[in-house]
Amino acid sequence: MSKFLKRSAQGAGVPHEKRTSNLETVVMPLPSKIVLSMAQHIGAPAAPAVAKGDQVYVGTVVGKAGGFVSSDIHSGVSGIVDSITTITAPNGAVQTAVVIIPDGEQKVDPAIAPPEVTDLKSFQDAVRASGLVGLGGAGFPTAVKLAPKNLDEIDTLVINGAECEPFITSDNRCLIEDTHFILSGIKAVMKHLNIAKCVIGIEGNKPQAIAKMKDAIDIPGVEVKTLPCRYPQGAEKVLIENCTGREVPFPGLPSDVGVIVMNVTSVAFVGKYLETGMPLVTKRLTVDGDIVKDPKNVEVIIGTPIQELLDFCGGLTDEPGKVLYGGPMMGNCVADLSQPILKNNNAVLAFSKKWAHIPKETNCIHCGRCTNACPLGLSAKEIVQAYHDGNVELLKELNADLCMSCGTCSFVCPAKRPLAPSIALAKIMMKNGGKK
Amino acid sequence: MANKLIVTAAPHITSADSTQKIMQRVCLALVPTLIASIIIFGINALILTVVTVAACVLFEYGYCKMVGREVPIGDFSAVVTGMLLAFNLPATLPWWMAVVGAFIAIVIVKQLFGGMGYNFANPAIVARIALAVGFASRMANYPKPVNGIDALASATPLAVADQVGSAGYLTLLLGNHGGVLGETCAITILIGGLYLIATKVISPMIPVTYLATVAVLSVCFGMDPIYQLLSGGLMLGAFFMATDYVTSPTTEKGKLIFGIGLGLITMMIRHFGTMNEGVSFAILLMNLLVPYIDVLTRQDKLGIAKAKKGGAAK
Repeated sequence: MSKFLKRSAQGAGVPHEKRTSNLETVVMPLPSKIVLSMAQHIGAPAAPAVAKGDQVYVGTVVGKAGGFVSSDIHSGVSGIVDSITTITAPNGAVQTAVVIIPDGEQKVDPAIAPPEVTDLKSFQDAVRASGLVGLGGAGFPTAVKLAPKNLDEIDTLVINGAECEPFITSDNRCLIEDTHFILSGIKAVMKHLNIAKCVIGIEGNKPQAIAKMKDAIDIPGVEVKTLPCRYPQGAEKVLIENCTGREVPFPGLPSDVGVIVMNVTSVAFVGKYLETGMPLVTKRLTVDGDIVKDPKNVEVIIGTPIQELLDFCGGLTDEPGKVLYGGPMMGNCVADLSQPILKNNNAVLAFSKKWAHIPKETNCIHCGRCTNACPLGLSAKEIVQAYHDGNVELLKELNADLCMSCGTCSFVCPAKRPLAPSIALAKIMMKNGGKK
Repeated sequence: MANKLIVTAAPHITSADSTQKIMQRVCLALVPTLIASIIIFGINALILTVVTVAACVLFEYGYCKMVGREVPIGDFSAVVTGMLLAFNLPATLPWWMAVVGAFIAIVIVKQLFGGMGYNFANPAIVARIALAVGFASRMANYPKPVNGIDALASATPLAVADQVGSAGYLTLLLGNHGGVLGETCAITILIGGLYLIATKVISPMIPVTYLATVAVLSVCFGMDPIYQLLSGGLMLGAFFMATDYVTSPTTEKGKLIFGIGLGLITMMIRHFGTMNEGVSFAILLMNLLVPYIDVLTRQDKLGIAKAKKGGAAK
């Protein structure tokens, strides 16, 4: 009761729409080309390590990490580099990209071999070489995450299998199909980082995944935690609070409360990479949406154009209105279907114009749903008002910069006000010291 | 490109709830009480409700057209105001006075301050108080129930509360006594209120704390708590008027303070004052404090230390 009075943090009962959850992952055949963006992660973009006309193989490095917080990019096909070009990302940024035409042979790069991991350093190096970035969506280079400054204080590994976004079921499939890789990945991280405890958080709407995972656990210290189906369970700070009872300070990192969080797909990849040495070149995606003919979970080569992926899923039954990278709560709109699949994508959703219709915005009725739903305890209506008034002092007092853009406030608003995008603008205004 | 894709910021879905649906649920929750009032006070009750609803909708439409504001009739909020206003009037009130009330509620309290979401106080409450002050005798002319079982005529049970036993608890529950339209039948108000809580339109915090405070204070003042809870405008006020979104606090903490404040003021007026409008004045006074309560009762934010928050606040 007292906690309820301090911060309701009710979240939102978003629709599940998980109709692909029982569809086993299928492998998509080779696309006609792959387009590898050099900026598929948070941090410095990679620099192309190949030139036009070069022969590459499956696993060949085509982009070299551009700094500490960065990541290598690898080819998922064997073939010839067609061009080094630029593409426009959903956020408007112009990025360098390497285009490769597959030769159909899928010859593996001779340098690919399981990494030799003996200690923490060699483990971190192996993860760095694998090109792994946070696959839950953020795309933060995993090698950096696994090298916290206060390693001694880390006592808990939290594995994010919440998958709270509607439609997406790729993490669910990962939990069911790659259970042993998840476990071997967890064991590796726990061993090398000397972490004693691991909590795997999974939303209650995935009973099969929960049962499979619970069954598979064969070491002490690892437990599965069933989470309530309230969006956003998978948000890092929310997940940590629900799995460990700890509050990540702001500003601060999970490591400040002794926690490292990894997505299930990321940790499964660690397990697989240690066995095979094959870097991150494919990704399991959910392809769904009201106009996708055959919704599927697909294992796709990173860089595959969205159009070819949609064609593989039977094409579209109607003219597309919106196509999303990711889920409907936090996903980005794709501006054109030639855009490639990125490392951190976990879904491609295509919707009709009717579905994409945005309801009309009306006056705020101060119902307080936004405030009571916010997982972080922010008051969206006050922040948006302060933004419109240009009141940076008030924005600071309201901690607008704590917002993680989960979209819960916009979702629950009965007046259909675009609160989350307005708060994103408010955060920019705070940074710019008052300029919109 | 021929087929352009729509690009907007996330999120791309919204909940099925809308302002319109919320207001429709409030209307639905008021229907049992409307039916009860027709049974108790006769067809006049229905006519008066129709008049105030029609007047509220027309004033909203007319004013918005006049000033070039978008007409929000579709949101049903004027219908809610109209119903609540009627429920605060005695069935004998001349219809033109009810229209004056509708004008005060919609034009003066709501639209002049900016329309939906901008009113500083509950429109129906202000209209009731204005009418009670302006047409004091007509507003206090509480009619006898038409079925004539009850002996009370020109006074609400509350006005004669010291005459112990003038109306039994059962009579109060069923509303078979004198009073304004929608206040008398506690049981239908309770049904409507529980429906609103069940459908998550309102949080139980305000009604529960309000009623609890009244009960505790009546014991302290040596009054009959059940009598105090069931009589006057308390039930209608607690479930339908005090929970108006625009004029009540946002957070549960704020609602707790708001409910206690309402209970305090109501009992002060009932115990020390002479007027019948204890609930109305309590709601109006607390409405005025809402902006302050809202600022003082913000939620704790995840990961932001208390001490730091205190330091940053002005």
